[in-house]
Amino acid sequence: MLRGLWKLTWIEFKVFMREPLGAFGTIGVPGLIFVVLGHVRSLRFGSPSPVASGLPPGNVPILVALLIAISAVLSLITIVSIYREGGILKRLRATPLRPQTILSAHVIVKLLLTAATLALMFLAGKRYFPPGAHVPWFSFTIALLISTWSILSVGFVIASIVPTARFAQPIGAVLLYPMIALSGLFVPVSNLPPVLRFVAQGLPLTYAVHLLQGIWAGDRWLAHLGDIAALTVLFLLFTAISAKIFRWE
Amino acid sequence: MHPVIEVSGVRKTYGKTVAVEDASFEVNQGEIFGLIGPNGAGKTTTMECIEGIRKPDCGTIAVLGLDPYRQVYKLQERIGVQLQQAQLQKRIKVWEAVDLWASLYGKKVVDASRLLEQLGLTDKRGAWFMNLSGGQKQRLFIALALINDPEVVFLDELTTGLDPQARHAIWDLVRGIRERGKTVFLTTHLMEEAERLCDRVAIMEHGRIIDIDTPDGLIRRHCPERTVVLVQDNESGGEHFEKIPQVESVTRDNQRFTIRGRGDDLVTEVIHCLSESRIRVTDFRSILPNLEDVFLKLTGRSIRE
Repeated sequence: MLRGLWKLTWIEFKVFMREPLGAFGTIGVPGLIFVVLGHVRSLRFGSPSPVASGLPPGNVPILVALLIAISAVLSLITIVSIYREGGILKRLRATPLRPQTILSAHVIVKLLLTAATLALMFLAGKRYFPPGAHVPWFSFTIALLISTWSILSVGFVIASIVPTARFAQPIGAVLLYPMIALSGLFVPVSNLPPVLRFVAQGLPLTYAVHLLQGIWAGDRWLAHLGDIAALTVLFLLFTAISAKIFRWE
Repeated sequence: MHPVIEVSGVRKTYGKTVAVEDASFEVNQGEIFGLIGPNGAGKTTTMECIEGIRKPDCGTIAVLGLDPYRQVYKLQERIGVQLQQAQLQKRIKVWEAVDLWASLYGKKVVDASRLLEQLGLTDKRGAWFMNLSGGQKQRLFIALALINDPEVVFLDELTTGLDPQARHAIWDLVRGIRERGKTVFLTTHLMEEAERLCDRVAIMEHGRIIDIDTPDGLIRRHCPERTVVLVQDNESGGEHFEKIPQVESVTRDNQRFTIRGRGDDLVTEVIHCLSESRIRVTDFRSILPNLEDVFLKLTGRSIRE
């Protein structure tokens, strides 16, 4: 039953954009990070890395894309916990709205904002790419949306366990940002100690990084069916977990 | 009159806490039925079981012939709900909320702009929820509860936190709902509200319903005491009052007499006595017991505690 989904999605989108810092915080800040990082690291293709560190220059867009996805997930966790604490979720549930419709509306809003942020990042980063350089922006956007969608399901699990809205942002951040360290972006997953490697294999970020790196480098989608399958399986798994433990009030 | 809500033997526990124990009652078509009692008595839990939001541990509930928990979506089409302390998105506009709610029902809904006008919200249709006053928020929640032209309307602690003026305005609105032939089920811990608004009330304490009747019936049965306070002009004593058969005690403070007795005739008899003895009176007041006194009598404690 999707009755009310589009109306609710549109309202949630407008409500979010009315938030002070809502639009700027989600769309503007990652763009800014990209520009700053770009200045520091120089994204120009082929130019040698000015700073010898763990992050290869080609990974800057991947890192920023992950930050965009994670900021969307953090925002979702915060909104869900505020809605729960304020009784908004309960109020919406006491209507013919189905629970899955309420949550789907938020997922759609987050995916739209992710796409918008990424578009801004491409615009902001345009001047760092040499003319004629091939950036697969469309495929990359799709890859990021698939990744975000999968990571959002982890967000619902976190949103189920945060005790109050006040803790939503810090707990979400503490759980999500370390996942970047395990994702293979800085250290290849195969070089991790066995326990961490096992954990990494259960996290959508790991497959997201592999997928995004591949698509950025110009790989064909067929080469990454495994990543997409893993992201889908993890999405289903985490969604099933959150369906079990999710609290509406 | 036939019952639209039938509750029988409902019990609900949260862990080891028993919230509702063996609740049974019926609500008739077209009446305003109030569940009254102090905070934490189990009113909201009972109401939410009836609305289908919670599942009772045992007992049966039928609302409009439906099982509220199993047929919740069918039921939600036909009822309107206002939840205690509910909020909406801070920055949702009044018209957006009404428009969203109107889109959720499969059947024809009422004219939204007329509804906002009836509830005095026309000026506020573009305002954000967070910028509404307490009374305006409650009126919006009433609008949302009425948008689908429901047969039964549930109102949980509707006027809590409102100033007296806003409260009276809301009472008029609720009476208006009844006038349109709808059944209203409400909870309140305000005895004055129950007395002035409800056709029948159920008194609840510690999860149990201790009595059900009209407010007048409850008062008559449990609190037959009447009190007359008067101030006399001359120095004569109170002996003539003591001769009235209904009088139980007379206390005197200077010229002020407090006459206590039982039965509706007490006031008439006192007036009769005053005129017969040609006593000049400069002040006269009769104090009738109210639901608050009934509650005190039934539970041994004040509802405000």
